[in-house]
Amino acid sequence: MRRRVLFAAPFAVAGAAGMGAFAMLRRMPDGQFDPHAVDAPVLGRMVPDFALPALPPGPGFDAAALRAQPRPVLVNVFASWCVPCVEEAEALLALSTHLPVWGIAYKDPDAAATDFVRRTGDPYARLVADRDGLAAIDWGVSGVPESFLVAPGGRIVWHKAGGLTAADVERLARGQG
Amino acid sequence: MGFETIFGPELGTLALACACVVALVQAVLPMIGAQRGHARLMRAGATLAGAQLFCLALSFVCLVAASVADDFSVGSVAANSAIAKPLAYKIAGVWGNHEGSILLWGLILALCGGAVAVFGRELPDALRARVLAVLGGTSAGFLLFCLLTSNPFSRVWPPPMDGSGMNPLLQDPGLAIHPPILYCGYVGFAVPFAFAVAALIEGEVDAAWGRWVRPWAVAAWAMLTCGIALGSWWSYYILGWGGYWFWDPVENASLLPWLTGTALIHSAIVVEKRAALKIWTVLLAIATFSLSLSGTFLVRSGILNSVHEFANDPTRGVFILTLLALVSGGALALFAWRAPVLMQRAGAGLFAPLSREGALVANNIGLCAICAVVLTGTMYPPFSALLFDRAISVGAPFFNLATLPLAIPLFALVALGPMLPWKRGRTRALLRRARVPLVVALAALAGAMWGMVGAVPIAVFALGVWIIAGSLADLAARVLAGGWREAGARLAHLPRGVVGAAVAHLGLGLTVLGLAAMSQARTDIVAVQPGQEVDFGGYRWTLDAVSEAPGPNYSARIATISVREGGRLVTALHPAERRFAQGAQTTQETAIHTNLLVDLYAVLGDTAPGGVVLRLHVNPLAPFLWLGALVMALGGGLSLSDRRLRVGAPRRAHPAAGRRLA
Repeated sequence: MRRRVLFAAPFAVAGAAGMGAFAMLRRMPDGQFDPHAVDAPVLGRMVPDFALPALPPGPGFDAAALRAQPRPVLVNVFASWCVPCVEEAEALLALSTHLPVWGIAYKDPDAAATDFVRRTGDPYARLVADRDGLAAIDWGVSGVPESFLVAPGGRIVWHKAGGLTAADVERLARGQG
Repeated sequence: MGFETIFGPELGTLALACACVVALVQAVLPMIGAQRGHARLMRAGATLAGAQLFCLALSFVCLVAASVADDFSVGSVAANSAIAKPLAYKIAGVWGNHEGSILLWGLILALCGGAVAVFGRELPDALRARVLAVLGGTSAGFLLFCLLTSNPFSRVWPPPMDGSGMNPLLQDPGLAIHPPILYCGYVGFAVPFAFAVAALIEGEVDAAWGRWVRPWAVAAWAMLTCGIALGSWWSYYILGWGGYWFWDPVENASLLPWLTGTALIHSAIVVEKRAALKIWTVLLAIATFSLSLSGTFLVRSGILNSVHEFANDPTRGVFILTLLALVSGGALALFAWRAPVLMQRAGAGLFAPLSREGALVANNIGLCAICAVVLTGTMYPPFSALLFDRAISVGAPFFNLATLPLAIPLFALVALGPMLPWKRGRTRALLRRARVPLVVALAALAGAMWGMVGAVPIAVFALGVWIIAGSLADLAARVLAGGWREAGARLAHLPRGVVGAAVAHLGLGLTVLGLAAMSQARTDIVAVQPGQEVDFGGYRWTLDAVSEAPGPNYSARIATISVREGGRLVTALHPAERRFAQGAQTTQETAIHTNLLVDLYAVLGDTAPGGVVLRLHVNPLAPFLWLGALVMALGGGLSLSDRRLRVGAPRRAHPAAGRRLA
């Protein structure tokens, strides 16, 4: 009997691994499983303190403004020199009809950032410039683009490293309804 | 009519579909024949394997024709080729993408089936029929995958004027031949797998089975060794990171079947010589091919976070996972059901620890332990994300820390194993045979302590010398057993298997030396202006000039660096940066000068104020890494030419099974 169990062990192990892989594949399309996910230490915490210069035409924002918001806000960290940022522009525009999107231009000359925003259709209700990238360190940004969903009160409840997709927009918009 | 109109994409699809049907028939008819003892049905297997091979070769020719003729109405050509691409890379580009590489997989699998049909004529009819049936079934699954989810011939409308090119990183001779060789290794393990499944169905594993399965395993292993070495070499000189192994999931996916495959070719010896370790060997054969398959699955499904990613497509992933469940799951279920039957027939094998078979068992334990560690490290991140919702990454520090303590005893054992006799070894005799290599290794240890930094690299270096000296000493002892006068005759009559094993071990020794020495590699990043000199790694590096040069489909910026050692000019290096017009990509052309003992390695970086940034590496014994792997594969090839395997391979002592499992 013990021997039978031993001979069945490889099948059991392979089966468990296969079921795990199947679960990963099932969760991948709707974003619940992301092999490229980056650990976000700020997830579940309050937004870090920061004060950055505003990029016109909109008003800028700081930590206090984020915490004072009555609705969820998506904070999007981007740069004009980043290709995935161009790719996610369409998704951001679509999202901006559902909830406010606030932008942080990361390590970008002001002119290049505003020019980029104008070219991609300006999804940002408010825009600030993190010229030396110091605020991004407090946010735990691992690269651009990166997005954070800030709940009313200022808690970071969702995070994605990498470009937003149409599927992300749908999920975020559903969360609003 | 031109070549490409005769061998058009539609003919290619048709041939692919035909091959799929033939493979299905090949999976069914010979198996029925073997179960019922029907000789003609059994023999149909070989014919069907030939037909399948013909269809797939035709299909492959059609795809090459479409690529060479720049037929951009064919989806995979439009996405991966371009008019401006050199002819050689139009051909190599056929397997440089997901769709084409799956077709190549199928073709190589059919080649394996054809090889079994041709070279397996000495096998009992029933065994050959079952092996061909299992290969046919596996092949049918893959061809179905190719047809349904990744047909390379699917048309696009309207066809683009020009293709969207191929990754310039992939326009390289090393990478053009890398996938076919690697796939030969992966797919080649399908044959031992089929032998294992056939043995489970027959309920019979004996010494003859061990002898039959071993050459197939050795051939696949040699190919896989070459494939991994080529991939590592490619990343060394193309990616320009100066390293040779990054423990990237895709690299690990190729290392896993290599580890179990190495264990397999060693345990099959015990099956052949001592009729022991049978069930274990069957399991290893199944595991090796399963790991090859799951490597493909993990790469193609996008589950693993890797730099080498292919096509990120979960639907394809589900298909391959299903295939994997059928092939590996089916084989493992069969194993769970039938292994107890093998157990009853196998005698209880008790080994003396100090014997050849004892050493081979230790080898298997070591290799499988390393395999388990690498598998855990590779699969932990996705499973941690799945089960605990935590994103983590497992990198080189873990792998180095966890595999080295397992690898070091294994390295020590490599030289000792062949010196031990079967059944029972004596400590004193072993010490006498190991005396000379031990002295040489101790001398190397002293030398390494003087010239190297770090206890582990020093120990590993001495072990590399120990392996080389031990392998040579073992050969010398066999040749000189009858004195110098008989040496020539003895050398000529030494079994190729013995020579092959010694050469393969010697190759491992060379690689181990490379591993140890590369831990002493030095690197520096400098910003220099033309004419400026830098002292680094015992050499004086001078940036002579930076110039612009046009290429066929790119423009290049080339630096000229002269390297001097003690005032004497060693070499002039020309690292370059190529900017490709298409896709706005740039690649780094690494400049490497080698004298086999040390690599001088330079990469051109960004422009700095008034000059450029250079990354310089001095990599001692780097060529030994890949040279050793090639010598290992050569050893495998040598043992394949063993006379025993070619002429008069003895048949089973008793009539072959045809009516078992009735």
